[in-house]
Amino acid sequence: MTTDLAQERRDTTATPKVAARVTDLVKTYGSGDTAVTALKGVSLDIAAGEFTAIMGPSGSGKSTLMHCAAGLDSVTQGSVRLGDTELTTLKEKDLTKVRRDHIGFVFQSFNLIPTLNAAENILLPLSIAGRKPDPQWYDHVIATVGLGDRLGHRPGELSGGQQQRVACARALVSRPEIIFADEPTGNLDSTSGAEVLGFLRRSVDDFGQTIVMVTHDPGAASWTDRVVFLADGRIVTELREPTPERILETMKSLDAKVQG
Amino acid sequence: MLRASWKSLMARKLRLFMSAFAIILGVAFVAGSFVFTDTLGRSFDSIMNSTVGDVVVRPVSGEVDLESQPSSATVPGSLVKELASTPGAARADGNITNFGTFVVGKNGKLIGGFGPPGIGANYTEGPAAKGLQPLSIDVGRWPTAAGEVVLDEKTADKAGYLVGEKVNLVSSGTQPRITARLVGIATMEGGTAGASLAIFDTAEARTLFMDGKDVYTDIWVTAADGTSQQELRDAVAARLPAGVEAVTGDSAAKAAASDIQEALGFITTFLLIFAGVALVVGSFLIVNTFSILVAQRSRELALFRALGSTRRQVARSVLFEASVIGLVGSVIGLGLGVVIAIGIRTLFGQFGLDLSGQSLIISPRTVIVSLVVGLVVTLVAAYLPARKAGKVPPVAAMRDDAVLAESGMRGRTIVGTGLTVAGVGLLGAGLFADVPKPTYWVGGGILGIVLGVALISPIVGRPVIAAIGWLYRRTFGAVGLMAQQNAQRNPRRTGATASALMIGVTLVSMMAVFGASAKASIDKAVEKEFVADYVVSSVVGTPFSTEVTKELAAVPGVKEVAAFRWDAVKSSAKGENRGVIGIDPSHVGVLGPTPMVTGRLADLTATSVSISQERATTDRLEVGSRIDLTRGGTTKPFTVAAIHGESALLSADYLLSLPALESLDGPKTDSFVFVSREPGTVPAQVGRDLDKALADLPVVTVKDQGEFADEQRAQVNQMLYLIYALLGLAVIIAILGIINTLALSVIERTREIGLLRAVGLSRRQLKRMLRLESIVIALLGATLGIGLGVAFGVALQRSLADDGIDVLAVPWPQLVLFVALSGLVGILAAWWPGWRASKLDILRAVTTE
Repeated sequence: MTTDLAQERRDTTATPKVAARVTDLVKTYGSGDTAVTALKGVSLDIAAGEFTAIMGPSGSGKSTLMHCAAGLDSVTQGSVRLGDTELTTLKEKDLTKVRRDHIGFVFQSFNLIPTLNAAENILLPLSIAGRKPDPQWYDHVIATVGLGDRLGHRPGELSGGQQQRVACARALVSRPEIIFADEPTGNLDSTSGAEVLGFLRRSVDDFGQTIVMVTHDPGAASWTDRVVFLADGRIVTELREPTPERILETMKSLDAKVQG
Repeated sequence: MLRASWKSLMARKLRLFMSAFAIILGVAFVAGSFVFTDTLGRSFDSIMNSTVGDVVVRPVSGEVDLESQPSSATVPGSLVKELASTPGAARADGNITNFGTFVVGKNGKLIGGFGPPGIGANYTEGPAAKGLQPLSIDVGRWPTAAGEVVLDEKTADKAGYLVGEKVNLVSSGTQPRITARLVGIATMEGGTAGASLAIFDTAEARTLFMDGKDVYTDIWVTAADGTSQQELRDAVAARLPAGVEAVTGDSAAKAAASDIQEALGFITTFLLIFAGVALVVGSFLIVNTFSILVAQRSRELALFRALGSTRRQVARSVLFEASVIGLVGSVIGLGLGVVIAIGIRTLFGQFGLDLSGQSLIISPRTVIVSLVVGLVVTLVAAYLPARKAGKVPPVAAMRDDAVLAESGMRGRTIVGTGLTVAGVGLLGAGLFADVPKPTYWVGGGILGIVLGVALISPIVGRPVIAAIGWLYRRTFGAVGLMAQQNAQRNPRRTGATASALMIGVTLVSMMAVFGASAKASIDKAVEKEFVADYVVSSVVGTPFSTEVTKELAAVPGVKEVAAFRWDAVKSSAKGENRGVIGIDPSHVGVLGPTPMVTGRLADLTATSVSISQERATTDRLEVGSRIDLTRGGTTKPFTVAAIHGESALLSADYLLSLPALESLDGPKTDSFVFVSREPGTVPAQVGRDLDKALADLPVVTVKDQGEFADEQRAQVNQMLYLIYALLGLAVIIAILGIINTLALSVIERTREIGLLRAVGLSRRQLKRMLRLESIVIALLGATLGIGLGVAFGVALQRSLADDGIDVLAVPWPQLVLFVALSGLVGILAAWWPGWRASKLDILRAVTTE
């Protein structure tokens, strides 16, 4: 499996390829009368080297889609492929390994282990795997993340923006196939948020990193290459090269549709 | 508010059960020891009531001492007839009792255990006090002629004898071997508490136990209707010759029962000590559990405060939870205590003290004390966390990061250090200074040090955690680093959890050092001072017939035989009972190289005594001084003929020749016999010949030096194992403490664990992380415990250096084993919390609430 993914990675440099593919994904919570279907057949390709945003109103299923695509949650029906690996049939143990070695995560809050300092947090997935970072790459990421002398500080001593940047660095340092970011700027003021988004943008542009970001903020989504809109468990539309205005327009029209 | 606390209690059942478990065990020990002691007391009261007549006429006994052997003084047989005619007397019967008569089973083994006597007695028709007829014949008839015997039912049963069969007995009388035909089987109401009964016809008993003389051990005078025990006693007393006294049955029974209870009082003390240990360890667990619960619920508590509850109400709600736990724990503990009492009774039955004839006594005192102790300990332990709960600011309800700040370590360090220093002072005074009731000083000192060190354990434990952490990081990388960090995250919690284990390990290693020192001292004493080739001793600890000594002397290859009798006397210079050893002056060489200050033991006569150097100094005596020695009701003057120094064997204050001891009505039985071999004989051959000579006397065994040392060591081991077993319970409580702390930490760190899992920590790694954290806690407890335990053990050995424990031995391999076992404890304790953590839902952590 590891070799498959490595193979995949080499291929991406040649022709732009699909980093992750979700096909006919259905996710139902509960059973019987109380069952709630959060995803009602979602199919989506995430292109490698692209920054994709998933948007939608609360309850649209955007977070569920991300959790399923990232192997954090089980699916009811359908398939999730990361490169050539089908995640839905993997055992817990292998799934953990996939998350560790091939996926990076940035969450909205509580991203870091409070007992570890910034540097240790950044290296966490690698040390869990018992691997050493590529020193050049590590220095590069550290330089990009712009934390400088605060690497020895614990999360409690860092600002919210700095914490999120540490989380981004952690996601990047293991050079995963894909990074999933769940409302990474949700708890930040606009300046800190812009720093984080700029950092994500740069990693896509400079390093060819694939990033999927769930957000409800049109401003944040406008940093991406592609915005996928979800409503009521289905993909309703998408935008390429989005601007905040176009995103807002689309959201309004979606609201109107839902209300109408 | 109370309703809310009740609901929160119900929501945390499992956690609270684990805290309650500590209370349950502690209270169970308290209740168990009371129930057992009461039952023991009642048993002996009722047994003793059936071993006295309305009035007992006996040689003047003075103060009876359990260290002394039964007196060999007697009352003249002619007195029986005379007393029968006392006004108010219905009848008088002479009793002959011998406490060293054991039945030999069909398999050739002795029936009886270490402790309860083998009683040989004569049959009389005289009733016990108040007309009781405790003995009744079940099968057959009472003995009427020489060569007939009646046994009690249990003994006959164990030995396998049927009525009509020949019974072999051994006796400490002048005839060590007795053979008689079993003519009947008797039962004693309420059981015999493990003693065996062999009943003979009076004339036969006189031949067997009284050298055929017309004398009795004592006489029972039975009161006629309407005469009280006291009236009869006064009437009887007026007719007695000198040297004989009359006491009422009631007072004789009471005195005898209270003597036995006092002797067995150590059991109660012993059990209460363990109850105390369990409760102290348990209180650590409770403090910790409540602290964590309060910390976790700080938002909820803050909400109560925001809604208008006062600090006191919040604190009280926590105390209410504690009292429910305390009460429930105490009630369950009380029940378990009864089970423990049954267990101890069974255990004692195994050792020969059979109390199954008596029902268990659960007195109101037992119930009240158990409940109060359980409740008070819980409330005291929960007090601090409750106060802290009251201090949660209402604003914490609104904040996301509502955590109770750990208050500074300064106050804690001062109190902890103070307690430790005070404890060291108390311990030192108790061990080395001449203070009243030293055990209380020692106990208080140990408690002070343990509590003090527990308080400062977050500080003194730092180097230990750092050392383990270093090893972890090197071996386990990030997982090891996080395990160490987690253990350090909340130093007080880690300290308190480790301290619970520390207490158990402290006591265990203290006993290990003490036990090893005792064994090493035995080895040294045996090697240095044991010059005899063989020692003959009783298998039940009861002195045996002097005939044994004579027979041994006749075995081929035997050079010298030296009898040795343990007893206790009072001297005119020193008012309390002190040890005396009766020896044969012509064979003292066999007893070892006794260092003499002045004089020679070989010169002891029937009227001279050798005193210890300590007595000479303290009582200002020298060779030529005259002292009176009193044993029971007999006093004789003696001249100090020699002063002896310290030796392992002849360690008593007074050494007397055998005739001198007998002149004080001392025992006419030997405690040990030391045997030396002719030079040039084959040791194994002589050993076999000695064995053969004693083959039909299973009451004694022959041991050579090595076997003797083994036997002494085995006794130390037996004591150690018993203590280890009981301390094991303290360790179990400590394991529960670790489980509890870890489980609560897992709940606290749900989000963190979810995050770790999301970024790729496998379940195995997560479990390993918790296991490593658990091991840190356990090893911290073990390290502190072993440090303290070794220190205590060394102090104990030093303080007992004058009492024969003069070699210090620290059993390092054993202590290393304790550390390893503690690590294992950590692994075990992490199992369940680890399992729970690995089942946590990752999404719960990563989705924002």
